[in-house]
Amino acid sequence: MASITDAGSGTEPARYLKRQTRWHWAETLFWLGTLLPFFLFPDYLQLASQIAITALFALSLDLILGYAGIVSLGHTAFFGTAAYAAGIFSKMVWGEPFTGLIVGVAAATLLGYASSFIIARFRHLTLIMITLGLALLLEQAANSASWLTGGSDGLQGIEIWPLLGHFDFDLWGYTAYTYSLIALFVVFLGVRRLINSPFGLALRGIRENAIRMPAIGAPSRKHIRTVYTLSAAIAGLAGALLAQTTQTVALDALGFQRSADVLIMVVLGGAGRLYGGLIGTIVYMIAHDQFSGIAPQYWYFWIGLLLIAVVMFLPNGILGGLQVAAAWVQARWSKR
Amino acid sequence: MTAPALKTSGLSKNFGSLGVARDIALDLPVGGRYALIGPNGAGKTTLINLMTGMLKPDAGSIVLGGEDVTALEPQDRVRKGLARTFQINTLFPGLNALEAVTLAVAERRGVSNQFWRNIAEYRESIEEAYEILAKLKLGDACYQPTRELPYGRQRLLEIALALATKPRVLLLDEPAAGVPHEESGEIFDVVAGLSDQLTLLFIEHDMHVVFRFASHIIVLVGGAIYTEGTPAEIAADPGVREVYLGKRHHG
Repeated sequence: MASITDAGSGTEPARYLKRQTRWHWAETLFWLGTLLPFFLFPDYLQLASQIAITALFALSLDLILGYAGIVSLGHTAFFGTAAYAAGIFSKMVWGEPFTGLIVGVAAATLLGYASSFIIARFRHLTLIMITLGLALLLEQAANSASWLTGGSDGLQGIEIWPLLGHFDFDLWGYTAYTYSLIALFVVFLGVRRLINSPFGLALRGIRENAIRMPAIGAPSRKHIRTVYTLSAAIAGLAGALLAQTTQTVALDALGFQRSADVLIMVVLGGAGRLYGGLIGTIVYMIAHDQFSGIAPQYWYFWIGLLLIAVVMFLPNGILGGLQVAAAWVQARWSKR
Repeated sequence: MTAPALKTSGLSKNFGSLGVARDIALDLPVGGRYALIGPNGAGKTTLINLMTGMLKPDAGSIVLGGEDVTALEPQDRVRKGLARTFQINTLFPGLNALEAVTLAVAERRGVSNQFWRNIAEYRESIEEAYEILAKLKLGDACYQPTRELPYGRQRLLEIALALATKPRVLLLDEPAAGVPHEESGEIFDVVAGLSDQLTLLFIEHDMHVVFRFASHIIVLVGGAIYTEGTPAEIAADPGVREVYLGKRHHG
């Protein structure tokens, strides 16, 4: 790859590390591709908006799962908390969207920070159970506080004012998709920066070998607390966006199914690869939309099959498979 | 002043009724080259785990350069200059050597919490990491993922990671473990070439290596110090021959 062609002049290791983080043309292509729904599928902008929001949620999970090696089966705790916070805020205070987002994110961040002290002390199965337990607990709490949350009927009567006082959240989802996509892109750029920073390297260190970290003087627990809080904030942003763009919050915003779904999406796409969660979300949600049109009751049969096939044959997910394929094609090409 | 670089007193640890460390008192002078020997199960690695804080002692204290570190977490001891390597490779398989050592340097320099600037902008950390790797003859292999490195190189990377923390005291747990005999000399040449301000304690089974590189030998048997002395004294000790070389009995 590129590192070999430059090896002669690039004895400078810093230049090598810089190259590893360079923006790839395929990334530009990907982000241009996210604009296609506006032109090609204007009837599907609501779905596109849902995909962008879920991709943001997947990105938040990938940050802890793919980079720091923290497995969570309860990431909806932050997603749902923020969705309710943003929804209730718009009902009780006002419907201005940006302040609603801030309230949602703040709620998720606080919860993330508080739980990070427990999270940082455990790993493996214990961790999965703790995250799962927290989400279940919150779902039940939301269910019983029906005076506030609407319980199993969902939170109704959210009214979101036009974005910037001008762009209405229309039925077609034009504003919703624009809003969600901008949020996704901005957060993605931030996460990309973080991954390529010294802190990002420390996270990869935790994922690669948590035992070695203290032996090189690294405060792993502190790193984990930071990234977990950040991940909660991003999950919260996704939840608040969902509440605002759909103008309702159902109990399933905190549900186990959503936590499991997002985990599947990240694993399908390829954990620890930044774009893996995004691609996994797109594949999963488009497949869901198509399959459930054909045979709604069997939808999980196909996703189960796909999941098993991917983890068996593509250990690094769809994106990992694509990278291997691209390298193979490139090698064939250069031989000729 | 000459406070010992590392001093333990009354260090004890029990696993159930088994005393894996029994009243261990050690004094490592600055720049010392100490070998820790003893039969399998004598508690050599346990002693390193106690010194570095990976195990909590039941009793006793560990003093690093005059400062009591008994209550400190492992990473805090590393920051104070007490580093170790592992008998079984404990590396970062998916990182390459440059990334791994840069990570260790960045942690020491306190920049690992920086999340906004690109890693490549931390030139000094990267250059320092590369210098350590070059000194250990890993410069040409530093872009290869750790899991793809030949085993002998991985053993050297163990040492490189520890050196990146700029230790004052370095504990080496069988640095050449598993390396073919003809290559183990290369690893010990690296060890011998380390600064003489650095205090070393190493576990090693090969007596030729021990007698060649150690200035002082500690013999551990059944979790307790059996005897210690210069290589000449140890070589002349008939008891050591019996418990260690003869392997006739041990606790």
